Amino acid sequence: MLELRHVSCRYDDHFVLKDINVRIEDGDLVGVIGPNGSGKTTLIRAVTRAIKPAEGEVLLKGKPLGMFSFKELAQQVAVVGRLYDLDVQMRVEDLVLLGRIPHRRGLRLMERRSDMDIARTAMDVTGILELKSRFVDSLSSGERQLAFIARALAQEPELLLLDEPTSHLDITHQARVLDMVRKLNRDKGLTVMVVLHDLNLASQYCDRLFLLSDGVLRKDGTPDEVLTYQAIEEVYRTTVVVMKNPVSSRPCVFLVPEDAIAGVE
Amino acid sequence: MQNRLFKWLFTLFVLIVILLAVSAFSLSLGPSGMHPGTIVRLMLGGNGTTTDHTILFDIRLPRILLGFAIGGSLSLAGVVLQAMFRNPLVEPYTLGISGGAALGVALGTILGLTGLLGVYSLPAFGFLGACCVIVFLSIGINRSVLNLQGLLLTGVMISFISSSAVLLIMSISRIEDLHGILFWIIGSLGETDWLPVKLALVAAVSGLAVAYLFCFDLNALSLGEEDALHLGVNVERTKRVLFLLASFLTGLSVSLAGAIGFVGLVVPHFVRMFAGTDHRILLASSFVSGAIFLIFCDAVAKSVAQPVELPVGVVTGLVGGVLFIYAMMRKANIVRGK
Repeated sequence: MLELRHVSCRYDDHFVLKDINVRIEDGDLVGVIGPNGSGKTTLIRAVTRAIKPAEGEVLLKGKPLGMFSFKELAQQVAVVGRLYDLDVQMRVEDLVLLGRIPHRRGLRLMERRSDMDIARTAMDVTGILELKSRFVDSLSSGERQLAFIARALAQEPELLLLDEPTSHLDITHQARVLDMVRKLNRDKGLTVMVVLHDLNLASQYCDRLFLLSDGVLRKDGTPDEVLTYQAIEEVYRTTVVVMKNPVSSRPCVFLVPEDAIAGVE
Repeated sequence: MQNRLFKWLFTLFVLIVILLAVSAFSLSLGPSGMHPGTIVRLMLGGNGTTTDHTILFDIRLPRILLGFAIGGSLSLAGVVLQAMFRNPLVEPYTLGISGGAALGVALGTILGLTGLLGVYSLPAFGFLGACCVIVFLSIGINRSVLNLQGLLLTGVMISFISSSAVLLIMSISRIEDLHGILFWIIGSLGETDWLPVKLALVAAVSGLAVAYLFCFDLNALSLGEEDALHLGVNVERTKRVLFLLASFLTGLSVSLAGAIGFVGLVVPHFVRMFAGTDHRILLASSFVSGAIFLIFCDAVAKSVAQPVELPVGVVTGLVGGVLFIYAMMRKANIVRGK
């Protein structure tokens, strides 16, 4: 589905991604983790053409990104950014319908029946159908995040990119958002790349993880392979203990406070 | 969905009715007055006295059509720029285009070149000045030296520079030149020549058509440039075309009728309150509302202190300013949930 070959990106003279080589297969659910400023968001921006790689190339379905028009790209790749600041009054339904813009043909001014149906399904899947006439700025952060995911689904993408979709959400909404993403991945075969700050969420929900640090891909593998205490302590410079979640048997990362270490010693 | 289309068409219908009513009202106003029946008969091609005919078709009608074109153009430019910059305080004149036009007129006047092209001299100089600013800013955009914020700040600075330069020129010019420059800057619709009126009409209507090609891009831009990119909008190209569109309409309007203020700032705000934020309806409603606003202000300007005619730019400023404050306070109340 997606391949990055020797991709390096920079803002001005400062490199934020260095020689990234990865392949994401159809139906993957990949988590991107790493400390602040490690290049996670830039990785997403390189795939959406918001930033042009200084070196290397990004291939979507074997074709370089530059061969797609912005519109063609948006028909296949949908993005949910971090929480948006909204200064326009827009209803949830209208927001979700924005997702149909890439599929608009010709000079047609109004949405087709099929556009309405797709938007409706997207809202249904994300569980916000009953909110459709509410204004987006009156929603809670969790509901708002779901509305933006619904908009992304209305684009009918094959690849979904999510940038920290669970930041600022309580665990109810964290679970709701990620359960839904995983369900879409399992049931509809949607390929997903999700940037996550929370190592435990990444471990529980993703099949594969990219660990970034200083713009370099440190590790690429299953949560078991990536989330070792050695790797985490090296990259995050923090003492941790890694154990298994007794139910899912995925790795679970525990932070150890400084004074607790002193107590043990 | 049919529901929404119906609502939009209804909004537009109401606005057009108001437009026709205001135009008819304005047509019947003037120093010599005119009976509504006479107007209807003349408009339908009936016979009338030569004087009535001349007053209606050579003085009053061009004036209203010019008001329609310029009111529409300015508020269309306002909507487009506000969406592009995601800033409600941007208006067509923020970018310094009117400043450039004013400077062009002032320079042309003081250099004694006004006789060069007859009645078209002042508009020509104004347009030339506006074009200089447009070209300057476009080069900035194309070289990617200016992002949107930079563009805005540069525009504001150009406005300041040119208004200082105009004041300088005015302070050293002769009294009759001074009057000419001042009246041009305040703005007036007293153009009785058909050619510029037709030009403005064609530009305004085609501007509206071009803007409609971008109505979805404008909707997508309401959540920011990067988000619009995610929705498949070619952001750079869209920004360039819309900037050129808005500044061309502004430049033309300003050079034909002077710097009539406030239309492009107030009208879009007002229209958003009843028409919503979807540009599919916002563009057309703003255009028509801008036309209504300007024709109405012009009617007030020519009738309120007869036989003296007030400059229309003063009336739009007064009426527009009061409306704007009212609108802001209402909006603040809505935000606070009152």
